[in-house]
Amino acid sequence: MLSAALLATASVGLAAGKWKPLKKDGIHDPSNPAINVLQEPADALGVLQVDTAGNMVDWARSLEYRFIEPRGSIDGDYQPEVLDTTVLMRNTMPMRYVRFPHRTHTQWMSCETCHDSIFVAEVDANPISMGKILQGEYCGICHGAVAFPLTECDRCHNTDSSTVGHEKPAPARDEGS
Amino acid sequence: MKRRSGPSLLAIFGACLIPVMIAWAEYGDVILNNNSEAEGVAPVIFPHWFHRIRFQCSVCHVELGIKMEAGTTDIGMQDLIDGRYCGACHDGQTAWPIDNCDLCHSGKPGLETGVKGGHKTTGPGIY
Repeated sequence: MLSAALLATASVGLAAGKWKPLKKDGIHDPSNPAINVLQEPADALGVLQVDTAGNMVDWARSLEYRFIEPRGSIDGDYQPEVLDTTVLMRNTMPMRYVRFPHRTHTQWMSCETCHDSIFVAEVDANPISMGKILQGEYCGICHGAVAFPLTECDRCHNTDSSTVGHEKPAPARDEGS
Repeated sequence: MKRRSGPSLLAIFGACLIPVMIAWAEYGDVILNNNSEAEGVAPVIFPHWFHRIRFQCSVCHVELGIKMEAGTTDIGMQDLIDGRYCGACHDGQTAWPIDNCDLCHSGKPGLETGVKGGHKTTGPGIY
């Protein structure tokens, strides 16, 4: 009972402290008259699906559940094609394999956003490493900046190597091997 | 027994507070100050979170040609006036027009170009 009350108190504190007001975010000039016109982050982000890291918004779920419906083009007439395949990356040292979901990413962006300027569209053709990601290359262009941060290892390193090849979902969906 | 449960509950409460203290928002605010202050105006703060609610990534990063690495696209006011980059929407039709200088040029003096936020893992290039 007491611990439940404490947890509730903690979660209220978490909700209240998630997003700093623009005047106190350390980068906006509080004396700028326009600061009262700009939307506060808490107003925009507080109604979206909750995450535990990054900017505390689960952007993928917010999109999936249609809390937001961002346009696919300026005039709104075009929606990028959603690609429902995964790419399995096995060269992960002692970490679990990475299964990259194209679907989650193509719901947000067209193929050209990543291919071929960031990733060559060929399995095992990209020399990705955590060092490079931490320096803002490859996945690190977005993850850690505008998508969930690099502290969330398990979200990418999500596949036990012993399960590969014994899965119910058709392995044919995998582009990598 | 009750006495012993007190500190452990306090410890749980403390553990709950840790994320409150370290998990400040990672807004993905992008500061652009390659030219702003040199040309006598405040740095631009681009609220990425605001725009991604309304537009998918490829609208700006493919259709409008704004590169994903902060500050690597050379954007000038003349580009905007000509309808390029931000000016494609901020034209008084899709979004408010660009004569509202303060709405974008809203940063404190001396800010460096880059992605900003409060989370400790914020932004690329943390090392």
